[in-house]
Amino acid sequence: MNSTPVRRPPPRGKVHVPTVTLAHGGGGKAMRDLIDDVFVGAFDNPLLAPLDDQARLGLAALSSRGDRLAFTTDSFVVDPLVFAGGDIGKLAVCGTINDLSVSGAMPLYLSCAVIIEEGVSMNLLRQIARSMAETARAANVQIVTGDTKVVNKGACDKLFITTTGVGTIRPDIDLGAHRARAGDHVIVNGLLGDHGATILAARGDMALETPIESDCAALHDLIAALLEAAPATRFLRDPTRGGIATVLNEIAEAAQVSIEIDEDRTPLRPEVRGFCEILGLDPLYLANEGKIVAVVPPEQSDAALEAMHAHRLGGEASVIGNHLR
Amino acid sequence: MCLGIPGRIVTIDNADDMVATVDVCGIRRKINICCVVDDEHPVASCVGDWVLVHVGFAMSRIDAEEAAETLKILEELGEAQAELETMQASEALSEAAE
Amino acid sequence: MSNDSGNGKQGSGLKYVDEFRDRAKAQILVKEIGKLAADIPLAQQRPLQIMEVCGGHTHSIFRYGIEGMLPKSVELVHGPGCPVCVLPMGRVDDCVAIAERPDVIFTTFGDAMRVPGSRKSLSQAKADGADVRVVYSPMDALALACKNPEREVVFFGIGFETTMPSTALTVLQAERDGITNFWVFCNHITIVPTIKAILDSPDLALDGFLGPGHVSMVTGPAPYEFIARFYRRPMVISGFEPLDVLQSIWMVLRQIKEGRCEIENQYARIVPEAGNAAALKAVGQVYELREFFEWRGLGSIDHSGVKMREAYARFDAERRFAVPNVKITDPQSCQCGEVLKGAIKPWQCKVFGSACTPETPLGALMVSSEGACAAYYQYGGKRTGEAAAAEAETA
Repeated sequence: MNSTPVRRPPPRGKVHVPTVTLAHGGGGKAMRDLIDDVFVGAFDNPLLAPLDDQARLGLAALSSRGDRLAFTTDSFVVDPLVFAGGDIGKLAVCGTINDLSVSGAMPLYLSCAVIIEEGVSMNLLRQIARSMAETARAANVQIVTGDTKVVNKGACDKLFITTTGVGTIRPDIDLGAHRARAGDHVIVNGLLGDHGATILAARGDMALETPIESDCAALHDLIAALLEAAPATRFLRDPTRGGIATVLNEIAEAAQVSIEIDEDRTPLRPEVRGFCEILGLDPLYLANEGKIVAVVPPEQSDAALEAMHAHRLGGEASVIGNHLR
Repeated sequence: MCLGIPGRIVTIDNADDMVATVDVCGIRRKINICCVVDDEHPVASCVGDWVLVHVGFAMSRIDAEEAAETLKILEELGEAQAELETMQASEALSEAAE
Repeated sequence: MSNDSGNGKQGSGLKYVDEFRDRAKAQILVKEIGKLAADIPLAQQRPLQIMEVCGGHTHSIFRYGIEGMLPKSVELVHGPGCPVCVLPMGRVDDCVAIAERPDVIFTTFGDAMRVPGSRKSLSQAKADGADVRVVYSPMDALALACKNPEREVVFFGIGFETTMPSTALTVLQAERDGITNFWVFCNHITIVPTIKAILDSPDLALDGFLGPGHVSMVTGPAPYEFIARFYRRPMVISGFEPLDVLQSIWMVLRQIKEGRCEIENQYARIVPEAGNAAALKAVGQVYELREFFEWRGLGSIDHSGVKMREAYARFDAERRFAVPNVKITDPQSCQCGEVLKGAIKPWQCKVFGSACTPETPLGALMVSSEGACAAYYQYGGKRTGEAAAAEAETA
């Protein structure tokens, strides 16, 4: 017979109504049920399990992986919530993973804060949470803490998600825009503008049927492969809102260099091109959610490309331009 | 405002209202084709036509022959130029040789 | 479009577009233009001035850097053919007044959203709660009317003869379908009086014109005959791709050299000799000429705008909604009028790039993608302009 009492975990809460109500944000049992039903089951991991007000991360383990902590946050308000190639949940996880990864960090932990407009479908919420969980799991990242609020109808647009992430950076990695030099190559890992075009098309106002899908993806793996093959890489950034044109302008300003890109070598899906031609848009300004811009010294450019081509997220990688003086 | 893009009509959706689907590089949109339909070219015959699409209307059928003709003029210009330059280069060479 | 990555997509080209963006052919044309210009005595005394009337051409010229390719003896003058750019502030105020009505869904092409009115732009009105929506086609506005029978859907009809038929045909469709909550706020303008006003302007000495390609697709080349016959200037109706524009410039120069004054059609693959009968019929059925219409920077021009005929009064937003209809003068610092007439270049405007930028536009030319100022600013013209200004000073 056991001498130590076994603590049975309390039964997991469940929501039985079809939509989220203000009660679910009230802090009481209804809210506990919502969290249990939607988030805990989906995200399930030992750091989250205690459901304390905070997750506790061992410092020694972190310090063994690197000498700096990368720390970032981002809010996601995309409309529609679900689109071809992803949803707001997948976006929220990938977006923050990518913001960490472009510093060269290994992404480790995320927080997830949601603001839900009352009336949102419970099934939709569960679908989005599952999507977040799957994306995080595939990336070896854990969602360890979070927050839930429910607001009145009209106080937010269906669902807003904020994810904050931490990761560790190895001592040998030092990426920065100021490191760009004349002669450096500018490389992108694939076709540009897919996400921006998808969202614009999904809004329905233009009545355009497109087969385009968002390129939403976690890039830490690709970046690790890139940095392994081309350790002298100067700088990485993910061209989200504003597209690569905006990122390149930022780099040019930060590094005080001019950048010249070759229009013929900017990889575009024909449908994105057609979409832009019809609406008079410039694809270089469309958002991407699964792309990086890498500034690489010319002598490592070939190695960088080879590593990217070998990765499933880098098949269409190409050099699109150079830094000038 | 003058934004027009060539596209190919792929289906007729509503012959009475003259609505068709146009394809531009894989993007599809319903457009009105009454400006490119006439007695000699009824609605059904528009499938496969290349048209200039402007704000949801097919405004003109693209004349493939004229397009080819325009490009041909440019090609001939290029050939004439190349010939001239070759002539001038060889003249310069022979002058230098003298 | 070619892709060097080796894994690139094949056959991703845009037919009837890519062939007319061919770099090698562009260089051939540039050389020929240089040769022709060198052979024109007038061009040796002062640069030839060729005006492109249409805003779509202005956009192409800047996007492909065509001005920079031309010899110094050939200059392009950017005309007022941008329907958004010539919208007077008062007209924007009228739009905002209609849009602010709670029963109205106000629909417009994207370009008009950020043009400043005296109080606010349509974009700002939307931020303040007005139901303003961007549509690609007037047919989309009509579809909105069908889906929202309890609201009044107003479509802001702007554009030259290119766009008139689509608005007219939409009205005719609304009539056929018995729609009662669809309205057009008609601000369509006509190109011929504009060109006449330019030709009559004492500020300008133009040697030739690039004719509007898509307006001509509807009207045919015939309406411009007066330019050749009475004003004795050559015009070449031009397509919009860089090869079209370059070839048209070349054709204008050829006419000047040969002493001809004709209306030639470079865009024959799209522009038919007789124009488009169905389009013209619809336009004639729904619209009639206004006695005069106000243009930003150019003042009032006779017979330069159209309004809806009495027979279509039940689709006419002007008859339905009371609007301020006030003539608002441009702010003091604005030199839009001079740029629109081609009297000065965008970078010569006092506020270009400083008080007036795409983020904080003072005038419509900085808002519309076809506006000379916006095009100049976006395609690096600011620096080119500064360099040109510096050059002019030291010359």
